[in-house]
Amino acid sequence: MSLESRVTDIIIDKLGVKPEQVTMEAQFDTDLGADSIDQYELIMGFEDAFGLRIDEEEATKLTTVGKVVNYLREKDLEQ
Amino acid sequence: MEKRVVITGAGVIGPIGKTASENWQNAVSGRSGIRRMTIVDPEQFTSQIAGEVKDFDPLDFFDRKLAKRIDRYTQFAMIAAREAYADSGIENSIESERLGVIIGSGIGGITTLEHEHKIALERGANRISPFFCPMMISNIAAGRVGIDVGAKGLNFSTVTACASSGHAIAIAVDMIKLGRVDAILAGGSEAPLTLTGVGGFCQLKALSTRNDDPETASRPFDRDRDGFVLSEGGAVVVLEDMEHALERGAYIIAEIMGSGMTCDAYHITAPAEKGEGSARSMKLAMKDAGIKPEDIDYINAHGTSTFLNDINETEAIKTALGSEKAMKTPVSSTKSVTGHMLGAGGAVEAIFTAFALRDGILPPTATLQNPGEGCDLDYVPGKARKADIMYALSNSLGFGGHNVTIALKKYSGK
Repeated sequence: MSLESRVTDIIIDKLGVKPEQVTMEAQFDTDLGADSIDQYELIMGFEDAFGLRIDEEEATKLTTVGKVVNYLREKDLEQ
Repeated sequence: MEKRVVITGAGVIGPIGKTASENWQNAVSGRSGIRRMTIVDPEQFTSQIAGEVKDFDPLDFFDRKLAKRIDRYTQFAMIAAREAYADSGIENSIESERLGVIIGSGIGGITTLEHEHKIALERGANRISPFFCPMMISNIAAGRVGIDVGAKGLNFSTVTACASSGHAIAIAVDMIKLGRVDAILAGGSEAPLTLTGVGGFCQLKALSTRNDDPETASRPFDRDRDGFVLSEGGAVVVLEDMEHALERGAYIIAEIMGSGMTCDAYHITAPAEKGEGSARSMKLAMKDAGIKPEDIDYINAHGTSTFLNDINETEAIKTALGSEKAMKTPVSSTKSVTGHMLGAGGAVEAIFTAFALRDGILPPTATLQNPGEGCDLDYVPGKARKADIMYALSNSLGFGGHNVTIALKKYSGK
């Protein structure tokens, strides 16, 4: 499964949104209706799924689906 | 002139039904909701039976995201509140700032607490869900109902164990009489069927161990009673200033005239001798309602099926009404079929009492076969009874020595 699909699945599961809403440009707050607690839970979901820890400063920058995918891809490349 | 308060909507989800009317029909026909426990493995418990909400799928009521973010106890509160709110038809006839919510729970989100505690032990405190606190706290059901129906008036939770929703209704009536708001969604909910929830009550030796015969295990006032049966569910009423209800042409189920609230100041779990605190609670309720012992036509008892409750409540009723009147007054415990819904119990029973007044039917103590020693009142054993009644009391008692009695009156026009 591609990185994009794995991220998308987590978002659908945590936020209860429809697959077609989860575009790479989608903003978590305005497009996907996630409040700050939702977003923190989502970050924890990514951490668990990909076996890493995202510090708070980095987490606040991950405001769109695409940014998460890019961030995880970079992390993956580093390893 | 003092405001009068009426019930204009009712909602119940519990072991004997998913709506108020289904619950009432099964209470009247004496159909037990007690079965072998399924939502938690019963093997390690002394009491392996419970009143579960049957065939319950949260997705029948909530979208996936919301269902995952509210504890089971909050789900029951919201389902009951939605039914009561729709039943009342008040939605377009009240300012949101004039609608309040008071919903109690004895325990709160214990399912959530256990789940996240396990995660913290296994994986560390930094893996606890950020939703843990706002899912677990015992006031969040009231908060969620406020969000759900858009009620912006007073909003809080009452926590007095098994008397929680009795207090919610009693306080709500006072709030409306004081003019704080025009209507309140009042009630309670509970979802205690978890490892520590059931285990804890088992350790108190408070639960029935009649595991081979679940349907008759809750037998209030019976000589063979051996404890209560844990149940889950939610119950909510819409209480409304009578003038407000009449102005909008609302259907009125019954009137709540007043309440009595006392404390035993005696023991954490055992009732005071001869139900002294409960007797005072009933007397205060009659005084608040401006009625006398001879007016009382029916009492919906707390009637838990524990040895101590049933004998002491019987004594309390004799003290409150006088022995002679007590012997002639029908008293029943609908816990015989619902089991003990803890924080939801007082509201369920207030609703049954209101329906009894409306329909002229006394729900039975369905499982009572042989009255226990000292249990010598008319407990309406076995079968429901027709009776045109005007005034009734509903008792709730909670660990901590909390007693509350609601006084209700049949509504027969202004």
